[in-house]
Amino acid sequence: MSQKQEEENPAEETGEEKQDTQEKEGILPERAEEAKLKAKYPSLGQKPGGSDFLMKRLQKGDYKSSHWRSHWSVLLCVYEMQKYFDSGDYNMAKAKMKNKQLPSAGPDKNLVTGDHIPTPQDLPQRKSSLVTSKLAGGQVE
Amino acid sequence: MAGAGGGGCPAGGNDFQWCFSQVKGAIDEDVAEADIISTVEFNCSGDLLATGDKGGRVVIFQREQEVPILKPMDLMVEASPRRIFANAHTYHINSISVNSDHETYLSADDLRINLWHLEITDRSFNIVDIKPANMEELTEVITAAEFHPHQCNVFVYSSSKGTIRLCDMRSSALCDRHSKFFEEPEDPSSRSFFSEIISSISDVKFSHSGRYMMSRDYLSVKVWDLNMESRPLETHQVHEYLRSKLCSLYENDCIFDKFECCWNGSDSAIMTGSYNNFFRMFDRDTRRDVTLEASRESSKPRASLKPRKVCTGGKRKKDEISVDSLDFNKKILHTAWHPADSVIAVAATNNLYIFQDKIN
Repeated sequence: MSQKQEEENPAEETGEEKQDTQEKEGILPERAEEAKLKAKYPSLGQKPGGSDFLMKRLQKGDYKSSHWRSHWSVLLCVYEMQKYFDSGDYNMAKAKMKNKQLPSAGPDKNLVTGDHIPTPQDLPQRKSSLVTSKLAGGQVE
Repeated sequence: MAGAGGGGCPAGGNDFQWCFSQVKGAIDEDVAEADIISTVEFNCSGDLLATGDKGGRVVIFQREQEVPILKPMDLMVEASPRRIFANAHTYHINSISVNSDHETYLSADDLRINLWHLEITDRSFNIVDIKPANMEELTEVITAAEFHPHQCNVFVYSSSKGTIRLCDMRSSALCDRHSKFFEEPEDPSSRSFFSEIISSISDVKFSHSGRYMMSRDYLSVKVWDLNMESRPLETHQVHEYLRSKLCSLYENDCIFDKFECCWNGSDSAIMTGSYNNFFRMFDRDTRRDVTLEASRESSKPRASLKPRKVCTGGKRKKDEISVDSLDFNKKILHTAWHPADSVIAVAATNNLYIFQDKIN
């Protein structure tokens, strides 16, 4: 009983205050939030959906680390290849590709760049220090 | 006792209880980036459950026959490539969707969607390209794409402006023209700085039946009838109380969180995640919804999940949590629903929770 009162009292004290704010925000809480933001950052552009905003998004890849949905039958390892594709070598290789036999993997297996589209065998082995996922370890509960 | 009327959970009209089954992953507070779960999905039959993490590892769980316990298979699968598909994306890929023909699949990034054949690794068809000639004219990006579950020529893609386009590959090679355009009309008088950001669709999923699709934006989940483009069939509020927190959610980047959503096997219920390790379920038949929590505290074998409630103002009741106490670092972005049974998988940062129906 007394515990309940303790919990209710703090809320009651600020209850009126809260009600005032709620009335102001009331119908358009979004607008109140917008006003708050603009008060903090006066130089913030009017239209967040404009190209500056989107360009930033494209450059960063994402505002959060990118994740991708995958279905079962396809396993992609795009990030492994990132350095290769970014370097521009891939485009050069594609340009030279016509009518050319795929050469066997060169002696340096760590460097997958150049004239051919890599195959799984070409890729450097994943680091041996790869830690087992903690989802796979431990007792079944 | 709180909880009278039960974990009262939706899914298919039966009033049954969601109970804890298992949790996988480390308990420690310090979570390494690599351990963050980035995707969860059941296979078509529901015998297998796969998770992927940011470290590039895939763990596949197999269901045991008699006892509904999921145990990891002997091999932890490293995401070692079986085939490598030549780079056709300048920007990060946000979606991959295998076609019902099991021969092709699509991949989507911010500006383009490509169609691939599973056997052909060195080239793809570009089927959507929204890159403007002048990047200054860029107004929206592609946020998700998915093939129709039965019609192999149909796919949809969503945008950062809250629109969904349905395309039919039979109509033209380059699907610049959509067949259908889904958008809910906006009330111009209620527009704010945040309107476009929170309308951005983070996930789009067809129902198993193929008659409907569901879109997730920052505050709601909408169910659309493919035959009605003008407005959604249903709108379910996930956490409307966040509307009065948009300023801080913009400052801490949470407003850009990409929540996914999923259907249950019969399309009678939908589920999506929220903050504070809460997740929400909506029963489309009974119109009831419930908020549940994935937490270690309620992780006792077969313990029923108690419904959670967020207090938005005024007196906070016992067992309610106030909006200001929500932990925005504990976000449930990925959930999966077993295609046939009442079993769900919920990814809470680095932990995977499995819940099931008491009866099951």
